[in-house]
Amino acid sequence: MALPVAFFALFFAYPVTAIVGRGLKADGVWQFGRIGEVLTRPDIRDVLWFTTWQALASTALTLLIALPGAYVFARFDFPGKQLLRAVVTVPFVLPTVVVGTAFLALVGRGGFMDELWGVRLDTTVWAILLAHVFFNYAVVVRTVGGLWSQLDPRQEEAARVLGAGRFAAWRRVTLPALAPAVAAAALMVFLFTFTSFGVVQILGGPGYATLEVEIYRQTAQLLALPTAAVLTLVQFAAVGAILAVHAWTVRRRETALKLVDPAQTARRPRGAAQWALLCGVLLSVLVLILLPLGVLVERSLATPGGHGLDYYRALGSVDAGGGTFLVAPLEAVWNSIQYALVATAIALVVGGLAAAALTRRTGRLVRGFDALLMLPLGVSAVTVGFGFLITLDKPPLDLRTSWILVPLAQALVGVPFVVRTMLPVLRAVDGRLREAAAVLGASPLRAWREVDLPLVRRALLVAAGFAFAVSLGEFGATVFIARPDRPTLPVAVARLLGRAGELNYGQAMALSTLLMVVCAVSLLLLERIRTDRSGEF
Amino acid sequence: MSTTRRTKQLAATAVAAALGVTALAGCGSSDTSDSGSGSEKSSGSKTVTLVSHDSFNASKDVLKEFTEQTGYTVKVLKSGDAGVALNQEILTKGSPRGDVFFGVDNTLLSRALGSGLFTPYAAKGIDQVASDTQLDAAEHRVTPIDTGDICVNYDKKYFADKKLAPPQSFEDLTKPAYKNLLVTENAQTSSPGLGFLLGTVATYGEKGYQDYWKKLKSNGVKVVDGWEQAYNEEFSGSAGGKKAKADRPLVVSYASSPPVEVLYAKPQPTAAPTGVATGTCFRQIEFAGLLSGAKNEAGGKALLDFLISKRFQEDMPLNMFVNPVTKGAKLPELFTKFGATVDRPTTVAPDKISKNREQWVQSWSSLVVK
Repeated sequence: MALPVAFFALFFAYPVTAIVGRGLKADGVWQFGRIGEVLTRPDIRDVLWFTTWQALASTALTLLIALPGAYVFARFDFPGKQLLRAVVTVPFVLPTVVVGTAFLALVGRGGFMDELWGVRLDTTVWAILLAHVFFNYAVVVRTVGGLWSQLDPRQEEAARVLGAGRFAAWRRVTLPALAPAVAAAALMVFLFTFTSFGVVQILGGPGYATLEVEIYRQTAQLLALPTAAVLTLVQFAAVGAILAVHAWTVRRRETALKLVDPAQTARRPRGAAQWALLCGVLLSVLVLILLPLGVLVERSLATPGGHGLDYYRALGSVDAGGGTFLVAPLEAVWNSIQYALVATAIALVVGGLAAAALTRRTGRLVRGFDALLMLPLGVSAVTVGFGFLITLDKPPLDLRTSWILVPLAQALVGVPFVVRTMLPVLRAVDGRLREAAAVLGASPLRAWREVDLPLVRRALLVAAGFAFAVSLGEFGATVFIARPDRPTLPVAVARLLGRAGELNYGQAMALSTLLMVVCAVSLLLLERIRTDRSGEF
Repeated sequence: MSTTRRTKQLAATAVAAALGVTALAGCGSSDTSDSGSGSEKSSGSKTVTLVSHDSFNASKDVLKEFTEQTGYTVKVLKSGDAGVALNQEILTKGSPRGDVFFGVDNTLLSRALGSGLFTPYAAKGIDQVASDTQLDAAEHRVTPIDTGDICVNYDKKYFADKKLAPPQSFEDLTKPAYKNLLVTENAQTSSPGLGFLLGTVATYGEKGYQDYWKKLKSNGVKVVDGWEQAYNEEFSGSAGGKKAKADRPLVVSYASSPPVEVLYAKPQPTAAPTGVATGTCFRQIEFAGLLSGAKNEAGGKALLDFLISKRFQEDMPLNMFVNPVTKGAKLPELFTKFGATVDRPTTVAPDKISKNREQWVQSWSSLVVK
């Protein structure tokens, strides 16, 4: 427990406290009066109100669209299911700069909806809501669907044999079992949409700002640290509350459910109604997720002289006309993979130890630590980034110009995923097996290797894959610290998009497509080694 | 899920797992450590660190030449856009990450000078720098490095097809012929957006600019958050805009955008697809300065000298798409052939900007965005 606590204290709590403190302290005296001042400002109240209601609406819409998807992925067997499940997770790890562009092709001018019905949603709140569905679809499918696929359908059948109607059986048997998972998924979606940044900036236009956007603006543009500090505290409080409820629902879920192998519960759809449901879900996935992703691919191939691989070829050379980069953009792929590997390693060590500690101990303090580990998911990158700058500035810890800061920042976001994936599996390892091995004369290391490793190996791989994919796509914190000679993929995409010219735009699309493919492949590999005890993501 | 069991040795599991991945981390880091800062630190005095924003670029050759001339190797740190990079410097004042900061422009100059970020230094060759760019000539806390103009760009094809003359001035943009054609950036978050707003303040005065924006709004100006969206998604003249079926032929961008469109097209066209409305320009001047508390002050001074040398100044246009400030530095043919000459750009004094920016932006936002 000491290592994860130290890690979080040093690389999260300390920098964030320092930057908040800088804003709230004047001449060494805390100025808590500022909290009231800021919160009563009408523009800030507008921001708070918009942040809350758009998050509620996004969550409701996501559940509405994704719950049928969760059912279909859990209970039906159809060709290409694994691939599709990997693909729907891709948006979750794509950087928002890219997603915004892709999504405009769906709801913007000349987009899919415009061509079909003449409907344009860009710069409306609908674009934000739909993009949030796009982003978080996988959270619901994985959290709810994962559990749903392991619920024994015979329980529901038994209820029907005993005379309950189809709906009553579902409502009395399946729904109560699923409810905590639905609640957990809803809270995660709420957390992600409450702290939404890029989507709101790109799709909403200047009329809309979430708390996260406002924190960025106050910190990065205006250097109004007092206001930013107050807003950060508000976000902390909100995220803390969300996480507390989340932890409570998760604990409820971990009790007394008899689960079965998902392979036994999924079957081919039967009857017109089931086929219609399957087709409906596939259609919504096609329109909401595959289409925007497809547009990216199309644009990366659309060269002035017809479709071709020109932009991909251009990625391999240090640009002839003047350097956007000191190295060929393609090297960003390799840089990103290296950074992500280191970040994954850190996340696995820290997250693994934390999960082990959380399994071993119980009590209020430990539960509080559990929630604390999730906090980085809800704290803005600019707060962490600026915090790093003012705290890690003295030897031996002057890391401000070091490459290690990139994987450290990425690992902060990866750890929660590792913990959430490992926790249920670690809790399920039967200690008696290990005791038996010890009685038979095995050394602790041997017992670990023979007993624990085979049981947690798959969970470990899944956790690693998630941490890897999330690290690959991380942009917010990385942009502050990535060195020019080693840009990461999202940073390279952003730089290419920040410059006029066809070749730059084309290369940005091509790089985004590569990022998408790398994410999809790592997620597909996960699907193959997925544990039967699915984690919470 | 089955019942939770407490086990004594789970920590061992995690530790062993950790050992496994630390080995992995080892391979990962050995690959990346060649660019790590540790070794460079120890040879400190031979490295000079330039902190800048994301748009900084210099060709490898020119940086190598600096090393040959002075013996110093330049290490570049980029962090976010211009505003973010400067604010980070202000936060770390006294314990800077580097020796020289490049990228304070005239809209942020007062904030930088007011916070005492820089040590005064009159760079060698400063007498060759255009005097109208030397906004801190009395103290030399900052050295001008380049200028750039924020101007409305137009889609040549659109105006040719419509047989309509493209607009030339701020006044033109409010005419009915150009209704619903212009897209600009949010002045609260984007520097071209702010520059365009300041251009209207300079032209119509602190009272008149609000009336101007009212007219512009009723003439259908569209505001998006950043340059990327405006240029790549909304502007019909850009490569991205064409793919996105964009429908706005006027965008707030830079006077150097047309040459960039030519440079990054394959095959290169004989004329730029876009043009510049030269009567709508706001001049940005970018400065560099020696950071107070710099570890390598001598190296920093040498770097500042180099930044205004002809060698660097002539390398700059094709890397950052800005204009040199040193007299006699030649512009590349790409600029003279495809770029626009802006004779009378608008400008506002840095003090005035710093005093009023928040208020101007606030009124602008309640007028145009809400």
